Amino acid sequence: MNLSEIVEKLQLQVRAGESALANQVRGGYASDLMSDVIAHGRKGDLWVTLQTHQNTVAVAGLKALAGVVLVNGREPEADTLQRAKDENVPLLVSSLPAFELIGRLYSLGLSGIRT
Amino acid sequence: MSPSALVRQALARGLDLIAICDHNSAENVAAVSRAAQRVGLAVIGGMEITSREEVHVLGLFHDENTLSAAQDVVYDNLPGENDPDAFGEQLVTDEQDKVIGQNHRLLIGATGLTLGEVVRTVHGLGGLAIASHVDRPRFSVLSQLGFIPDGLSLDGAEVCSESVPGLPEGLAVVRSSDAHRLSEIGARRTRFLVEGPTALEIGMALRGIEGRRIVA
Repeated sequence: MNLSEIVEKLQLQVRAGESALANQVRGGYASDLMSDVIAHGRKGDLWVTLQTHQNTVAVAGLKALAGVVLVNGREPEADTLQRAKDENVPLLVSSLPAFELIGRLYSLGLSGIRT
Repeated sequence: MSPSALVRQALARGLDLIAICDHNSAENVAAVSRAAQRVGLAVIGGMEITSREEVHVLGLFHDENTLSAAQDVVYDNLPGENDPDAFGEQLVTDEQDKVIGQNHRLLIGATGLTLGEVVRTVHGLGGLAIASHVDRPRFSVLSQLGFIPDGLSLDGAEVCSESVPGLPEGLAVVRSSDAHRLSEIGARRTRFLVEGPTALEIGMALRGIEGRRIVA
């Protein structure tokens, strides 16, 4: 499915990367440690995190992730937002806590395992 | 670690200079400084500040006024109360090792300050900001943020292993024990070529200026 479908179904707020919402989302990854995402994130993953630091955007770009969703209603820091805009990385916000958001993503058919 | 035991151990391990950097607090610096003064050991007062991203940063300060001001900022941004059963008691002692108080703040917690804000706070008070144990898998800038962000202007990076690949060119690298127990004091150290054992001199050595430098 593509990111815009997920945005619509889960009422995610789009803060950056509007033109990249057609990105195909191939799976999901959840982590709050950048070093972990650098090691294990896969191309096309939607990354669920509470990390608002700008390195999040850098890592999303590096790993060609489909986008980043911040949970618990956390807003990106100013430089994070700017970087996401500059690099056209989809940056989304959900008011839900991670566990709930992930459950709903899973129900939509998004998996954390690549077959 | 009581001030007098700490100071005795530092001398026994052949150290000339130590920095006291408790988590998010500087309340024990004065007592250690006084205990150290009596035996000719130099002490730099500091704190290991935990950023919002759970990155540990060493803040080393030139004097007790700026150290105290830094502590105020940290305390203003540090939520939570300590649970002694879970995290141990947080005692404040005098230089005779007598307990004079307890710190009830959650010193093991994270401040609400971003890494950038922590570094700016330290620099704003004329202090040195050194990223703690960057090659450790937890609480380090590399573990939490993947890499050192551009424009952070750290004064140095503390490492545990012999060398750490991937650090920015020109960033001063230091080794220190991060001792949480007496037995760990002196386990790792840095040798500096400086005119005297002060934060000012260490700052110059980190920048490699005016003849001051890191030797090994």
